[in-house]
Amino acid sequence: MSRRHLRIIKRIFGLYLPLTAFLFFALFPFYWMFISSFKTNPELYNLRAKRLLINNPTLEQFRELFRKTAIIRWLWNSFFISFLTSTISMAFGIMAGYALARLKFPGAEAFGLATFITYLVPTTLIFIPLASVVKSLRLTNSIWALVVTYPTFLIPFCTWMLIAYFKSIPKDMEECAMIDGCSRIGAMVRIVLPMAIPGIVFCGMFSFTLSWNEFVYALTFISSTTHKTISVAVPTELIRQDAYFWGELMAASLIGSVPVALLYSFFMDYFVSGLTAGALKG
Amino acid sequence: MTSTARMERLSLRRWAARVIRSDSITGYGLISPALFLMLLLLAYPFVLAVYISLTDRILGEPGEFIWLRNFLKLFQDKFFLETVRNSFIYTISTVSLKLVLGLVLALLLNQEFPHKNLVRGALLLPWIVPTSLSVLTWLWMFDSLFSVINYILLGLGIIPKKIPWLGDPFWAMVSVIIVNTWRGLPFFAVSILAGLMAIPQPLYEAAKVDGAQPFRQFWHITLPLLQPVIAVVVLFSTIWTFADFQIVYILTHGGPINATQIFATMAYDVALVAGRIGEGSAISLFLFPALLVVVILMLRYLRRD
Repeated sequence: MSRRHLRIIKRIFGLYLPLTAFLFFALFPFYWMFISSFKTNPELYNLRAKRLLINNPTLEQFRELFRKTAIIRWLWNSFFISFLTSTISMAFGIMAGYALARLKFPGAEAFGLATFITYLVPTTLIFIPLASVVKSLRLTNSIWALVVTYPTFLIPFCTWMLIAYFKSIPKDMEECAMIDGCSRIGAMVRIVLPMAIPGIVFCGMFSFTLSWNEFVYALTFISSTTHKTISVAVPTELIRQDAYFWGELMAASLIGSVPVALLYSFFMDYFVSGLTAGALKG
Repeated sequence: MTSTARMERLSLRRWAARVIRSDSITGYGLISPALFLMLLLLAYPFVLAVYISLTDRILGEPGEFIWLRNFLKLFQDKFFLETVRNSFIYTISTVSLKLVLGLVLALLLNQEFPHKNLVRGALLLPWIVPTSLSVLTWLWMFDSLFSVINYILLGLGIIPKKIPWLGDPFWAMVSVIIVNTWRGLPFFAVSILAGLMAIPQPLYEAAKVDGAQPFRQFWHITLPLLQPVIAVVVLFSTIWTFADFQIVYILTHGGPINATQIFATMAYDVALVAGRIGEGSAISLFLFPALLVVVILMLRYLRRD
């Protein structure tokens, strides 16, 4: 065997085969979700059919879904909440992140430490008492309960990411601007923010995704059908008394997954650079 | 005595001057919205959690203060002890699986091949898509009658008969471990990949000159230099997995016969389904020691850098 052959064999076993296995593991559930939502009910539950393919493609599941359920409403709730909370968290995160990266004031270090720790606090640690706080704010069963509580895990995330980002921007330009009579806030808005756009975009879209995907708070604080978000509504509203309508369930899961998948395919480069920066610094 | 008092007053005045300097006021102004929200909706609920866990509060009634009786009761509760055991099995096995597979995947992705960005993007999908929805797909894939996994494995002749994925205590635990690994693997792979790309190439060249084989290069250069990234990723994943909720809640609801019940799902069941809020609070507070350990280790690590 020539050396070239040896190299090809090494490449197949050392790269392509294992990589294909990983890709199969990662993607098969999505493939199954996709084809299950375009099958008719008889085909879904026919064990003799060629199950890995679609034999009679149909939109029946989607039609039923839109006719019978409030899926449009759930999508809108998710979108509204995610947009609002990621905007709020980004704004507060930019402010706090800038203060911690650039300004020296007593307590700054303690606050930075506190943000870092709260970034690690799992939602399942405090969801029970938070339900009673939400109740005393008279927000139970309203989407505002989520608008108010989601920033508690989004702001620490944004702040922590943006501290690292702001620190990587050289100080000289804003100092020049301040000597020229610009205020601290003016320098931040006009000089630093435009330079930090990649970091801010990453924070925004990641916060959006985190809100869109959140489950525990949405499950706990909201019980009426019309106020649910898509990630909670599909598993709770579409499964009725242990009856599973798999076609509709998969169609709804597909619809609920597409927005975040699209969002992140557009911003893939921001995403990977932001994620890796965060992993290395955070 | 008077001189120290004067010095204190002086340093107090200096401190006051420092506070009034404009940087401080701007700084406090900028952090106050974040601080306010975090105090109201994180710090206060945490204190409340501790208080509620010391009462026998049930849904609709405030309950009475019963000191540590909830905790003492839990330690004698067979179901709770199983939950503790399950949480450890779940966390330890998924974190080690994710670490080993993540390392392998990162090493693969660190090589050059066509359409690399596309492949990397596709591999990230499980981590991006709403977990509750992708786990529903897994629930359908594990279905007792129509499981496509069994269909494939039987068709390929890998297994002799159907695997009762969610119907059997052992296989149910295997199932939730598989799904958690599936969801968390991209985070490990991408983070470790970033660590790999940051290792300076000349190190490997020098090792090659010295005649070191690829395995020895990996053992003596790659692994030691990856150690900080690996530590951070493992710590993050440990606390997230320990406190995980969705995967178990949707796949098994903690069953069959409590075989996959973990802290968060048991706390939910006890507090919000059964209505015993005091006891449920006590269960979710068991996540706190884990959080504390992770925070301490993480801070120690970050300080060292």
